[in-house]
Amino acid sequence: MTEVERHTYDVVVVGAGGAGLRAAIEAREQGMRTAIICKSLFGKAHTVMAEGGIAASMGNVNSDDNWQTHFRDTMRGGKFLNHWRMAELHAQEAPDRVWELETWGALFDRTKDGRISQRNFGGHEYPRLAHVGDRTGLELIRTLQQKVVSLQQEDFKEYGDHEARIKVFQEYTVTRVLKGHSVRGEDRVSGVFGYQRESGRFFTIEAPAVVLATGGIGKSFKVTSNSWEYTGDGHALALLAGATLVNMEFVQFHPTGMVWPPSVKGILVTESVRGDGGVLRNSEGKRFMFDYIPDVFRAQYAETEAEGDRWYSDQANNRRPPELLPRDEVARAINSEVKAGRGTPHGGVYLDVSTRLPAEEIRRRLPSMHHQFKELADVDITAEPMEVGPTCHYVMGGVEVDPDTAAASVPGLYAAGEVAGGMHGSNRLGGNSLSDLLVFGRRAGLHASLYAAALAERPELDEEQISAAAEEALNPFEGTGGDGPSENPYTVHQELQQTMNDLVGIIRREAEVAEALQRLVGLRERAERAVVEGHRQFNPGWHLALDLRNMLLVSECVARAALERTESRGGHTREDHPQMDSAWRKVNLICSLAEKGGADGSDGQIALVRKDNPPIRADLLALFETSELKKYLTDGELPSATIPEQRTDADADVDADVPDGAEQ
Amino acid sequence: MSYQANFRVWRGDSSGGGLEPYQVEVNEGEVVLDIVHRLQATQAPDLAVRWNCKAGKCGSCSAEVNGRPRLLCMTRMSTLPPDEPVTITPMRTFPVLRDLVTDVSFNYTKAREVPSFVPPQGLKPGEYRMAQEDVNRSQEFRKCIECFLCQNTCHVVRDHEENKPAFSGPRFLMRVAELDMHPLDAAAEEGLDRKRSAQEEHGLGMCNITKCCTEVCPEHIKITDNALIPLKERAVDRKYDPLVWLGSVIKRRK
Repeated sequence: MTEVERHTYDVVVVGAGGAGLRAAIEAREQGMRTAIICKSLFGKAHTVMAEGGIAASMGNVNSDDNWQTHFRDTMRGGKFLNHWRMAELHAQEAPDRVWELETWGALFDRTKDGRISQRNFGGHEYPRLAHVGDRTGLELIRTLQQKVVSLQQEDFKEYGDHEARIKVFQEYTVTRVLKGHSVRGEDRVSGVFGYQRESGRFFTIEAPAVVLATGGIGKSFKVTSNSWEYTGDGHALALLAGATLVNMEFVQFHPTGMVWPPSVKGILVTESVRGDGGVLRNSEGKRFMFDYIPDVFRAQYAETEAEGDRWYSDQANNRRPPELLPRDEVARAINSEVKAGRGTPHGGVYLDVSTRLPAEEIRRRLPSMHHQFKELADVDITAEPMEVGPTCHYVMGGVEVDPDTAAASVPGLYAAGEVAGGMHGSNRLGGNSLSDLLVFGRRAGLHASLYAAALAERPELDEEQISAAAEEALNPFEGTGGDGPSENPYTVHQELQQTMNDLVGIIRREAEVAEALQRLVGLRERAERAVVEGHRQFNPGWHLALDLRNMLLVSECVARAALERTESRGGHTREDHPQMDSAWRKVNLICSLAEKGGADGSDGQIALVRKDNPPIRADLLALFETSELKKYLTDGELPSATIPEQRTDADADVDADVPDGAEQ
Repeated sequence: MSYQANFRVWRGDSSGGGLEPYQVEVNEGEVVLDIVHRLQATQAPDLAVRWNCKAGKCGSCSAEVNGRPRLLCMTRMSTLPPDEPVTITPMRTFPVLRDLVTDVSFNYTKAREVPSFVPPQGLKPGEYRMAQEDVNRSQEFRKCIECFLCQNTCHVVRDHEENKPAFSGPRFLMRVAELDMHPLDAAAEEGLDRKRSAQEEHGLGMCNITKCCTEVCPEHIKITDNALIPLKERAVDRKYDPLVWLGSVIKRRK
């Protein structure tokens, strides 16, 4: 029998970022013995990188805001591909999730009357983002981390053991979700298998419910704002366990990443710079975003610089500047400017806040950005513009889940946060990620607990699966993966990143994506021959070799779906199919693990099918003008002729005092 | 503008180790962590180092560069003399696990010893009202990225293993100060005196305000001036003010 450290819990949460910690807190409060698996140290999760804020329609700064408006903005931002039910739940529950953080000790920036302050952000009609300067993610992680600690302190009082009911397994990595059989022979989650970084030893946790909260996939791309942990682990674990991924072609390139010096290329420059007044200029000094307002958004954005500038102080009578268009629009615009030869010396555009706000105000509102540019690029953002360009930031696609329960298709498996799909449609609005983590993290923790508690019989761990998982994890030391020369995992990883960046990046073409799929086959064969030196104790080469499996699986999903979807929408731009197509809005692309040597005769590991996007509920459709819906929906999906009459009346009331709003 | 730099990197584990020499390419704009990554990719694939964000936000890549506690991702090569070898060693205050990675569990243990925020009775979620000027100070402390460089450099524990049980270190004394200055923390109502606990349970008295922690803080938090000294002053006020002392004795007897 394989030597493994063995544990037993009720709920295992894989990932200790915002979604994972919120899920774990909920599971523990539901009375479950809860394990949190943390790839890094506790409190270091990628969530700390989130800067701008948490979107929640608390209406503290503009009392006109409400969940319906937030829902509308989210659907518009996602170009209506969002799962409407997730967008609805998210908009409704986000304020409660933010307020709850205050009761756990979070300290947000305040309004004059002492409430939580809210800032403007791209695609949000009202100032909506609860924030702490430009380090909101850190505040979120620290608050959740300290809440976990406070639960542990309670348990210490009660049981004399901090870890009696909630334990953090730091620097543990899961490589397989294990499954057992129920009495009826149905496959169910039985636990997880993985390794400890420190010792390299294997572990299992037997648990009937597993919540995936592993974040994103950015490390498959060369230029990215994501940390090394973002290797698509949860996406791959779900696929390997038999679950499905939805709409993986939608990858968000954040418009503003640092472009110089080379070593910091891709590091995020927060959208708050633009939310607080920063503007984008090309090398000719032109505010080019005015040339890139798409038709669907024309009604909501300023036509002149003067109007855009007035908006910061008077939102009721002016429309917002186009620098605050959703991220996909801004990223494409920057890409076009650079391509047209109007870029900066280092291949970006200028982002300038120095001429827009007093130096003192910049330091107060954007302290991390000030610090980051000064320390890493010798640029003083209070005195000169920044150079910025698109960077791979977020994946909208993810594990296909039930919107209410966050349950994946495999019984006992749940997913929340970036690893889950559907919520953001084809493009995520800034600020909607942190709220997503909290809303669906809580839901995943809740429903995983209810499931675990209701289970009559816990599925047993299968020793064969454990041996197979151990063997798989040790392959890189044995060098037994197929014929051919042994490979350096770092080299394979760099080539994968280059491939995805060049061929499945921000602008895509059929031939290039097809070529990427070919190259991925070759890279996968080479990754199987990856050999690592040294021993199992804290060996980064080994860890990378194991992560490669996940990155290659996920990259194939992205490429396969990108090839299939012959339209441009949100985070998927096809140069050969530049239009958004209403017929495609109804289509979700679902990836699952293919039988070896796939049915379509390709060498891929992934099977792709189309699935209908469920129709949007009528009362939610009624929140939009028909003229706007026509831009997104097919004629057959539009509400019938009698309903628009009622809707127009209702909307007229709502919009009476918001002339910058929904008029088309 | 590239050049070949000489590096000396500590390799080893809990049983011992030493400095290994490497010659490695350095390019314009790079930070020390870039060089460590290049070493991994080309010469030392199993070189152990912690890192996550590479943007100075997560506080994972703490180590010592030429003897100074630094974040590897925020130490630009251009700030180091190009003709001298660059020495990278693990943080000295914590036990080595492997190469540049140390066992920082001391900090997680200390974190658990600080009683958490106590929510005020009678205020429901959404009803909290606080003025910006009243949260500024605690917000400064909450900028902490928990890199533990202050814990590493503090001489109370740096070469004094024996002080560790009684001393929480600057990071967690600052956490006590942060909660003590939180406008709505209701610890006092629950009978918890955070100032006294700083003194009696977290070793505040051992700090002799040499400001080493402030000097190494990558977030430029004024740990000594804004957290530790005010906490000391308030703790002292309490301890030596006869009325406060009498009051607290009576309260304890209850």
